[in-house]
Amino acid sequence: MPAVSKGDGMRGLAVFISDIRNCKSKEAEIKRINKELANIRSKFKGDKALDGYSKKKYVCKLLFIFLLGHDIDFGHMEAVNLLSSNRYTEKQIGYLFISVLVNSNSELIRLINNAIKNDLASRNPTFMGLALHCIANVGSREMAEAFAGEIPKILVAGDTMDSVKQSAALCLLRLYRASPDLVPMGDWTSRVVHLLNDQHLGVVTAATSLITTLAQKNPEEFKTSVSLAVSRLSRIVTSASTDLQDYTYYFVPAPWLSVKLLRLLQCYPPPDPAVRGRLTECLETILNKAQEPPKSKKVQHSNAKNAVLFEAISLIIHHDSEPNLLVRACNQLGQFLQHRETNLRYLALESMCTLASSEFSHEAVKTHIDTVINALKTERDVSVRQRAVDLLYAMCDRSNAQQIVAEMLSYLETADYSIREEIVLKVAILAEKYAVDYTWYVDTILNLIRIAGDYVSEEVWYRVIQIVINRDDVQGYAAKTVFEALQAPACHENLVKVGGYILGEFGNLIAGDPRSSPLIQFDLLHSKFHLCSVPTRALLLSTYIKFVNLFPEVKTTIQDVLRSDSQLKNADVELQQRAVEYLRLSSVASTDILATVLEEMPPFPERESSILAKLKKKKGPSTVTDLEEAKRERSVDVNGAPEPAPASASAASTPSPSADLLGLGAAPPAPTGPPPSAGGLLVDVFSDSASAVAPLAPGSEDNFARFVCKNNGVLFENQLLQIGLKSEFRQNLGRMFIFYGNKTSTQFLNFTPTLICADDLQANLNLQTKPVDPTVDGGAQVQQVVNIECVSDFTEAPVLNIQFRYGGTFQNVSVKLPITLNKFFQPTEMASQDFFQRWKQLSNPQQEVQSIFKAKHPMDTEITKAKLLLGRSSDLGQHSLKKLILTLQTLWALASSTPKPPRLDACCVWSRICKLRCTGSRCAQARTLFPRGYVTYCRSSFNPMQAVGLCVLFPCVSATLGDHTAHSTMEHLSTCTSSLGPGRGWDTKGLLTGTTAGLPVQGGPGSMKSRQPVVQSTN
Amino acid sequence: MQFMLLFSRQGKLRLQKWYVPLSDKEKKKITRELVQTVLARKPKMCSFLEWRDLKIVYKRYASLYFCCAIEDQDNELITLEIIHRYVELLDKYFGSVCELDIIFNFEKAYFILDEFLLGGEVQETSKKNVLKAIEQADLLQENRIRITARVSMGGLRKNLY
Repeated sequence: MPAVSKGDGMRGLAVFISDIRNCKSKEAEIKRINKELANIRSKFKGDKALDGYSKKKYVCKLLFIFLLGHDIDFGHMEAVNLLSSNRYTEKQIGYLFISVLVNSNSELIRLINNAIKNDLASRNPTFMGLALHCIANVGSREMAEAFAGEIPKILVAGDTMDSVKQSAALCLLRLYRASPDLVPMGDWTSRVVHLLNDQHLGVVTAATSLITTLAQKNPEEFKTSVSLAVSRLSRIVTSASTDLQDYTYYFVPAPWLSVKLLRLLQCYPPPDPAVRGRLTECLETILNKAQEPPKSKKVQHSNAKNAVLFEAISLIIHHDSEPNLLVRACNQLGQFLQHRETNLRYLALESMCTLASSEFSHEAVKTHIDTVINALKTERDVSVRQRAVDLLYAMCDRSNAQQIVAEMLSYLETADYSIREEIVLKVAILAEKYAVDYTWYVDTILNLIRIAGDYVSEEVWYRVIQIVINRDDVQGYAAKTVFEALQAPACHENLVKVGGYILGEFGNLIAGDPRSSPLIQFDLLHSKFHLCSVPTRALLLSTYIKFVNLFPEVKTTIQDVLRSDSQLKNADVELQQRAVEYLRLSSVASTDILATVLEEMPPFPERESSILAKLKKKKGPSTVTDLEEAKRERSVDVNGAPEPAPASASAASTPSPSADLLGLGAAPPAPTGPPPSAGGLLVDVFSDSASAVAPLAPGSEDNFARFVCKNNGVLFENQLLQIGLKSEFRQNLGRMFIFYGNKTSTQFLNFTPTLICADDLQANLNLQTKPVDPTVDGGAQVQQVVNIECVSDFTEAPVLNIQFRYGGTFQNVSVKLPITLNKFFQPTEMASQDFFQRWKQLSNPQQEVQSIFKAKHPMDTEITKAKLLLGRSSDLGQHSLKKLILTLQTLWALASSTPKPPRLDACCVWSRICKLRCTGSRCAQARTLFPRGYVTYCRSSFNPMQAVGLCVLFPCVSATLGDHTAHSTMEHLSTCTSSLGPGRGWDTKGLLTGTTAGLPVQGGPGSMKSRQPVVQSTN
Repeated sequence: MQFMLLFSRQGKLRLQKWYVPLSDKEKKKITRELVQTVLARKPKMCSFLEWRDLKIVYKRYASLYFCCAIEDQDNELITLEIIHRYVELLDKYFGSVCELDIIFNFEKAYFILDEFLLGGEVQETSKKNVLKAIEQADLLQENRIRITARVSMGGLRKNLY
């Protein structure tokens, strides 16, 4: 057994490490560590000064604990102390600790820098080495500030030891990487370049790394390094394997240095002819050596040799100017493609990818196509197969595209999931780029969808549609092919999308064939409809309306489908809207209008393929070879995407799936179609003078407020039209009857009421309605039913827009439809205990709102108090804010005066949310702590509404948000509380008058009064 | 080179050396992710893999994995030999190195690495020169205490190389 302790042993450390290793569980380990930490802490804090050895030992233990993954928050000072020790091993441990546990504690950094400065000045090479290692390991900005000026001097000083030079060079490199601005170029740079001639190969190695990094940013400054590097390299490659003694690695002379020199040369273009000749010789020698029989069977020998070879090939590719060398490199890599070492095959595939982009070697690379295809089929390591795919992609051109695409397609069937999407993109790009015959392109993409439909991104299928639309010659074929592909019993949804779109545009081209008559086409598509997701169904609906235009004979069939409940009453707004609008369009519009609206899509403007952009994004720009740009045979002629959405009237409100095409290009869409406007486009079709939705009718706001707490009444009235409402709500559902009364004696024509939901409202509120008769006779009334479903909480109300013609003039009226959140409130019985439990959970900041507002009317506390308690309900309309406040006060008082409110949940809420302060007789401030429960409860579900409190809370919302007048707020309150039902909650009126309509307070007004405590009043 | 990790087949980290500034949290995350990735690979697979925007070069010696992260333009094969040379250095210094040597003398493993690689670049490739530097340091030490920790390690020794 060899001696254990090289160097100085630290027995305590070894014991500690053994202990840790013997721990059976994580807990035991932590326990042991905590014990040790406590021990070390006490030692560090103890009165007795520790000797260097103990300090070193404890610091080392801390380091070990840190490396185990535990946090260390002390000991830094002791480590810094070790730095100034004269004993090498103590200093060494100190530096190690600092290097591993960098702490940006400024005080400490100053001390560390001080110690480093001393060691650098010590002229003791081992100490200097330690200090430089520490700077290189930490590499912080503070250190760069302190030493970036000093280190170059050490590096180029004549009397510096070789090992110190090496450390100094790499130390400077690290500082330059971290803070390039702090390392100024200067005289020293030329002297550093000359280190390439140094006798000590270790110094040359370190200096080459430094120069390479510096030269990348300052090529001019280090230009002279090229010839020096070439001559150095030349000497190495021509040396006998024993010349370099210990710098020969498994019979390869100085492989690290060779690689670094070759790397340095890649920072520059091919050198001047004189130097160039020598360099070419070197490179040839390296290529020759690769053909020689190996001098050793060890893998290290071949690795080192090939490392140099691959770096040489990189340089040859970088120069890209010597056809002879490029072809030789390619042949060499070709040999590696079949090497038994996986590593070499991997690297050969990778290198060949870059070779394929050179015009000189592209053909040579192509000769290896069979080997690469074979690799794709037989390699067992997915990362190697990935390289093979990359290489096939890179070597593809018009001559071999069909073969490569076919191979990739067949590989795709078994490919690893992780790389499928990338292969799909690559196939799509190659098929498009090298398609001579676009029928092949269409076949390829359809195959892609068939084989790997899930991995076909939107870009890919958008693209095939763009291309088909832009190329007349392929449209008929495409229609026929998708029609056939759709015959498969199970086809991917992406195929349905492509099929739907293409048949919608070009179905007429194959309709002559009785096997693909319009009806058969329609039936085929519609048979897939029910299996598809909503966006696809939406697309299919557009296809149907296009069919109405293309094939008048199937119009009735399609109308029947659109009219079916599953469409017209579909729960999805987008589908429903499309169905409604398309049905309407098909029945109202004339053939001419239909033909115009549903015209074939115009060609897309040319633009770079969006798929290419996606692949670039996926892989980074470098891997999509530059060759594509260089030898682009013709500019891609079908590109980009303008606004599609042909007849989609709904584009205005919801982005239709096809409208996503818009997002593809960076450029704004060409205005080929009508721009989506806020109003329904459909309206434009019906009425020639229609403009956007009219602004809200004056006065409608007031009426709206009135409806917050009532359900029936007149919503709007002018000299022509009266709109009445009747509505009922239950749980999250509601039904509203809208009555349109024609007050004149003349017919209204083209009478079109439209419900418009703002974008965010649309998701939360589901409105379904049937269209009304477009003519309203004089004096007549038409009724429209709106089915309402509340999906989630909302704040805005939908807008009802009515457009019609009256005596030759166009009328446009908009009113807010009073569908407000409180319509869906429901009371729930809940014990105060449960309520408060819930209430306390609502403690997040966003669940709490506070608002202070001024009363609009003067207020006399005594009078209103009297009114409140004894007052008449007819007074409610006036000074209502005061009353609100007083109501709140009363409630508050009630709550605070009743020790254990039996069923005073609502009351408790009030006491919690409202703190009232009447300041002065003319002004009242109500400080309302806004319902923390509001949002949460509404979100959780409407059915059932969880707390009584909520019903009471809502008016506060309105008051706080200023949505409603104080008046409506008051009414709100009364409605909401009364909605709790008898015996359950609060009747405002009852409360105000002190009678007990379900008021859980014994006694009448008197008893209440007597129990009333001091109202919170600072008056 | 951006960093070097040594970890055991059980996924225990034995040595970590970072040549780029990263937060402790990030380091832990990278370590966890890489250890998992590398341990999941089969023996015959190639020693290189793409990981984030880096190239990972790894090799297994007995129970220990040596794993280096290099940048795109760096040379994979020479990195593989950097690993090997480091193993050779450890082997020469400890005399048939095993995982336990690295556990119990972790500080030495760091010192040797610092002599060989600095700032992520090779500083000295000569085995002789590196070991000379370390031996010199050992000679400078004052109190040689021979530990017998090995005794308690019993038959756990398994040479890396």
